[in-house]
Amino acid sequence: MANARQKIQSLCQSTGQSSIELVANFGRGTLFILGVLSATPSALLRVDLLLKQLYVAGVQSLPIILMAGLFVGMVLSLQGYNVLVDYNSEEAVGTMTALSLVRELGPVVAALLFAGRAGSALTAEIGLMRSTEQISALEMMAIDPLKYIYAPRFLAVLISLPMLTLLFTALGILGGYLISVGWLGVDEGAFWSQMHSHVDWHDDVMNGIIKSVAFALLIAVIALYQGFNAIPTSEGVSGATTRTVVHASLGVLALDFMLTTLMFN
Amino acid sequence: MGVNTEKPLIEIKNLTFSRGNRKIFDDITLSIPKGKITAIMGPSGSGKTTLLKLIAGQLTPDSGEIYVLGENVHTVSRKRIYQLRRKMGMLFQSGALLTDLTVFDNVAFPLREHTKLPESVISALVLMKLQAVGLRGAKALMPAELSGGMARRVALARGIALDPEMIFYDEPFVGQDPITMGVLVELIQKLNDSLGLTSVVVSHDVDEVLSIADYVCVISEGKLIAEGTKDQILQESTGYVNQFVNGLADGPVPFHFPSDSYKEDLAKLSGMTVNDSKGSV
Ligand SMILES: Nc1ncnc2c1ncn2[C@@H]1O[C@H](COP(=O)(O)OP(=O)(O)O)[C@@H](O)[C@H]1O
Ligand SMILES: [Mg+2]
Repeated sequence: MANARQKIQSLCQSTGQSSIELVANFGRGTLFILGVLSATPSALLRVDLLLKQLYVAGVQSLPIILMAGLFVGMVLSLQGYNVLVDYNSEEAVGTMTALSLVRELGPVVAALLFAGRAGSALTAEIGLMRSTEQISALEMMAIDPLKYIYAPRFLAVLISLPMLTLLFTALGILGGYLISVGWLGVDEGAFWSQMHSHVDWHDDVMNGIIKSVAFALLIAVIALYQGFNAIPTSEGVSGATTRTVVHASLGVLALDFMLTTLMFN
Repeated sequence: MGVNTEKPLIEIKNLTFSRGNRKIFDDITLSIPKGKITAIMGPSGSGKTTLLKLIAGQLTPDSGEIYVLGENVHTVSRKRIYQLRRKMGMLFQSGALLTDLTVFDNVAFPLREHTKLPESVISALVLMKLQAVGLRGAKALMPAELSGGMARRVALARGIALDPEMIFYDEPFVGQDPITMGVLVELIQKLNDSLGLTSVVVSHDVDEVLSIADYVCVISEGKLIAEGTKDQILQESTGYVNQFVNGLADGPVPFHFPSDSYKEDLAKLSGMTVNDSKGSV
């Protein structure tokens, strides 16, 4: 009897405790994001900090993004050609490659790679800065970490990812061109003219860019918050880094589904 | 009697602070006199670092007030607390240097962020501060290339870059070899006297701290258990203070973290229940 009562009591207690923690976590997260957003305008004035982060998040992600774009474009056109050639419409391979890249694969694959390459690095860096008390030290030197650390990184992600996505897509189309025109012998004029007439600036390109901005926002928020909230130990930081990659990747895929439903239906 | 009539630089009134279910501070009242070296001692985990963070307004107490220069650090605006922090220097346990900047740039950092001084003046100031800690020759090194003691001295140079009124040292002696320890002790004393600072040294290295402190507070289990001048503390020969000052492992301050009885723990391991009250373990 008493035992059952105790068990129920402790169950209630732990349920209550974890609900409180959930709400507190959510509140902390919201406050943090609002803080970062409010510090963002002043971070725009610190060109030196922003440039450094653009270099780290953007320029250093270039090799992986460019290589991946090229390979994805080549594979797409190879597979597309094999299907289209049966219907005697292999010139459409350019259109197919471009549309897949611009609408879906460009934003999504670039975001996934970026989350793994730059998002995880952000989380680890901030987590380590916290565990070595560098962020506390900034506060003690009367320097607001929101303005000095978080906002420049937030902006850098927001600016880099859409640009990287455009480059990924461009390289993908180049890869498609090399395979279909250079290797499989598709007519060059038809390849480009079909692509021109079927890819719409507003419906396709703009929507793709909007997607990548949304993904950038998602990755930035997750990576920065995980770093900010990491338990300042080795396990804590490594756990937070893993969570950034997992949450950001799943988040990108889910968000992509939602955006596609809204944009292309 | 000039010392006693002067208002204390920092006043802590009825401070209570918890982390989770653990009460770190339970109704602590103490004040830190101006121009002196005050030591706050207590075993590891007693909340010394936490206390410094509370004083600097990085953490907020559950109840009670902390006044720095007469201002309550937890009710003033965010802007004001940042202004107050410019008058505080803090030496973190790890040094907390910015790892992507050289020694020189670390020390220059607060000057560049907070002043519009021309680079030539900043250079001169930085070299002066580095000279004061004996590391002018290390200005081009990166933090990763420094030993622990050197990193702390660079952090100290950075801490005094803006000429603060008070400086907090968090465990400055931990993990240092005897020579470095002597250097640090001397440095803390010298800086306090030559710059007219108020110093707060948080530590559990009794001998080193007592050699420089003017005033000592001892904290244990969330309570302030002793406070007074160095001589008063040394004369106190009973209880906690005796245990602490003389480094006894067990005494009124338990060596063991609070736990269930050892016997019950062992009994659980062997799947028994404890019912014989006189059984031996
Ligand atoms: N960020 C934190 N979250 C939860 N508990 C903490 C945190 N920091 C410190 N503590 C706990 O607070 C207590 C006091 O810590 P601290 O002030 O670092 O002690 P000291 O500096 O005296 O060794 C310790 O028991 C520690 O486990
Ligand atoms: Mg500590």
